[in-house]
Amino acid sequence: MTIRIQEDDFDLASIYAELRAPLSPPAASTAQEGTLSVGTLSAGAISLFIGLVRDINDDQRIDAMTLEHYPGMTEAKLTAIRDQAMRRWQLGKAIIIHRVGKLYPNDQIVLVGATSPHRHAACDATAFMMDYLKTEAPFWKSEQTTDGNTKWVASRDSDMTARSRWQKT
Amino acid sequence: MKIRYFAWLREHIGTSSEDIPLDQTCRTVSDLVAFLSARSVGHRHALSDMTLVRVAVNHVYVDIDHPITAGDEVAFFPPVTGG
Repeated sequence: MTIRIQEDDFDLASIYAELRAPLSPPAASTAQEGTLSVGTLSAGAISLFIGLVRDINDDQRIDAMTLEHYPGMTEAKLTAIRDQAMRRWQLGKAIIIHRVGKLYPNDQIVLVGATSPHRHAACDATAFMMDYLKTEAPFWKSEQTTDGNTKWVASRDSDMTARSRWQKT
Repeated sequence: MKIRYFAWLREHIGTSSEDIPLDQTCRTVSDLVAFLSARSVGHRHALSDMTLVRVAVNHVYVDIDHPITAGDEVAFFPPVTGG
């Protein structure tokens, strides 16, 4: 599964193994056509981004955070973002995992990964998926600070700026 | 019509979803916002400044003048903060 929304933590080693495993070989009829499609190429590069819960945000010490999402729309949006990346770059595989529920400082929140014959495509696709996830995927964080308060995290203009660099002119 | 609320909009309104019969005068999201705002103080407060609110119809982001029909699922939520 290339899009996962889950409460449980994720295991980096098994995801890495999944991304590193060769894509299944093409059917004989396709192979005879002579041109290797991207699906038949073994990856020369794997790019992974992992986001963690910060312990300080806006000068406030964080005890915990709760992540809410919009089931149905979240999966649709993440699938669309991944599909866009697959069309834009020559990728073998692409994966997005996002956790929901209660999380604590240093917990893993999000993983985005891509494989490609070459490093630039893998790195760019990973950054692209992350920038779009931050601005379009319907997740909301509420933070519990050490002074006992709970507040909804505000969106940042810098995330919109980061996304705009991918817009083609 | 199914209405969904998330994050602080859900807290202000006091529910995460409600089923309402679509009023004949509600042709766009903007009409629906006016209709919902009359339902309670919480609704009015949550929907008072639509520059702070994002709208999705059937899981797709739309503008305030987007048309709506009785079978739609309309969601109101703040700008997203995942990742």
